[in-house]
Amino acid sequence: MNITGTARLAAVALAGVLALAACGSDNGGTSGSSSGSGSISCAPAGSIKASGSSAQKNAMITWINAYQTACSGTTIDYQANGSGAGIKDFINKQTAFAGSDSALKDQDKTDADARCATGPAIDIPMVGGAIVAAYNVSGVSKLILTSDVLAGIFGNSITKWNDPKITALNPGVSLPDATIAAFHRSDSSGTTDNWTKFLAGTSSSWTFDHAKEWKAPGGQGAKGSDGVAQAVKSTPNSIGYVELSFAQDAQLPGAWVDNGSGTPVEPTSENAAKTISSATVKGTGNDLALTIDYKTTTGYPAVLVTYEITCEKGLDAALVPLTKSFLTYTASDDAQGKLTTTGYVPITGDLLTKVRTAVSSISA
Amino acid sequence: MSTTLEPPDAPAATGAATEIHGVAVRRGDRVFLGLSRGSGILILITMAAIAAFLIWKAIPSLQANTANFFTTTEWFPDAQPAFFGIAALTFGTVVTSVIAMVLAVPVGIGIALFTAHYASRRLASALGFITDLLAAVPSIIFGMWGIQFLTPNLAGFDQWLSTYLGFIPIFQNDLGIYSRSLLNAGIVLAIMVLPTISAISREVFLQVPRAHIEASLALGATRWEMVRMAIFPFSRPGMISASMLGLGRALGETIAVALLLSATYDINLHITEPGGITFASNIALKWNEAGTIGLSALIASGLVLFVITLAVNMGARLIIARRSEFSGASS
Repeated sequence: MNITGTARLAAVALAGVLALAACGSDNGGTSGSSSGSGSISCAPAGSIKASGSSAQKNAMITWINAYQTACSGTTIDYQANGSGAGIKDFINKQTAFAGSDSALKDQDKTDADARCATGPAIDIPMVGGAIVAAYNVSGVSKLILTSDVLAGIFGNSITKWNDPKITALNPGVSLPDATIAAFHRSDSSGTTDNWTKFLAGTSSSWTFDHAKEWKAPGGQGAKGSDGVAQAVKSTPNSIGYVELSFAQDAQLPGAWVDNGSGTPVEPTSENAAKTISSATVKGTGNDLALTIDYKTTTGYPAVLVTYEITCEKGLDAALVPLTKSFLTYTASDDAQGKLTTTGYVPITGDLLTKVRTAVSSISA
Repeated sequence: MSTTLEPPDAPAATGAATEIHGVAVRRGDRVFLGLSRGSGILILITMAAIAAFLIWKAIPSLQANTANFFTTTEWFPDAQPAFFGIAALTFGTVVTSVIAMVLAVPVGIGIALFTAHYASRRLASALGFITDLLAAVPSIIFGMWGIQFLTPNLAGFDQWLSTYLGFIPIFQNDLGIYSRSLLNAGIVLAIMVLPTISAISREVFLQVPRAHIEASLALGATRWEMVRMAIFPFSRPGMISASMLGLGRALGETIAVALLLSATYDINLHITEPGGITFASNIALKWNEAGTIGLSALIASGLVLFVITLAVNMGARLIIARRSEFSGASS
């Protein structure tokens, strides 16, 4: 029994080392995370359920694995059934926390506050992400686009790769005289919402506002980020927006974005982290709903933040210790450090301090 | 005979006889009657409950909708104000199903005829087994195969269609992109409904009385004339039933179509261009992230699909009822 347990631990550790080693080559510049998994302060044995955003699914899998390995007897079950469904599950008291691509608003906020018997429901930013305009144009390894041009491509007003607006940004790059096959998500998705928020927030030529559903004319839809990545990969002269990890997995290059400063920014986890840490908190108290400055010129602007939504006060007493302990772990340097190697963006700086304060305030 | 069996006290006997209609009844008969009647009633209750549930859940979105539910193509139920309609969904569902039926019915009946009346017994059983196997493939496999293999390989065919038959408006392609189209989805649907149509038709063809077939052959009919004059008239209701079952699957197919279509909410007659959306695939694509009104709107669209399917089935029943009067079956 003891031997198999040790063997299992060793296997998990080995797999983890291999995964880190395999991913590490993609992000040359990231600082290696300190492997202090002994720093987790475990909750007593028990189990909690959580559900929601599929955008943070892989981060959750990584964290849950690490946490459960360190804390025997604990079970955390995260169902990536979508942000909307996750919030509904949380409101219906089926889960201890919900993962969501956007902060609570309107009726959901009211319902979630009502679910938390004695305190408000709070949005805690935990996993950041970058949305990349991944493209497949043979021979083009670096492509620079502005938000106006991206709005034109995805809004179907720029339809050729050798359009003067694109070639002007990329002197010396030979772009083909071919129709741009632009891919968007056919399912409703937080990625689409955040991508269109970025376009709407930075380009006056994007007239379709933002929504989880794609509203612009033209282009082709594919189901899921994996569907878009696969479609771009298999279609010459195509472009599509996907989260960073999907672009990395499919080995698709992402367009550098010039937000008007003349210095284009590469879509990397580090550059996206700069944008997220400079976001302003619009929530009150420990509710850390964020407003992202998409017009930033120092960081990579097309970012998204996914939240964990739970009760600051009034969560069922039986669920509090494990929920709090797990979220404390996810907000640790160790856990956040794991994000860069899995194609996510960590929360850094002052914002991370606020996140830790918010997590420590969780009580029954 | 009767006098010896009839007991003298007649009133009691007639009382029992009216209840059992003159047929001997045992407890097993009563239980079986109860079970079968119960099953019949249960299916009616289930259908009524589904309809009631759909209507009940659909009402909030229909009240919130600021657009015409039947003529609007866009689908933005969670927008403020809600704005959605089923025109594009209906169009895409009907077009993909029609394409599927146009392709699958002749081929399916051809397979059935071949296995039932042309092929050698060994070949027939092998072929029958393989077509039945096709029915067991999960639809997500068809979807993945369709999008990763068939769609890229159909691009050339689609381009050929639009180049040489582009004068027919439906094959015209102004975009130069041949992918994720209603035509491709219809072709995959055709493959998916093929086993249903061919398996049922085959069974029906095998039911044609030997005497009919031998009589027509004896009168000097060729094989084809025999098929036309003896098999088809006898089997027509069965062939219609088979096609309707196939159509039911095509109308309601969800995940394969969700993977295959580009999901654009417009009515575009150019079936080789990317686009289109169907009722079932729209529900699959929007369900996870839908808000309160969004869910209700999806259920409203489900209600419409329910009604369409019901209408199609009732139409088929009507045709079968009318045809059977002068088909070989009753003559």
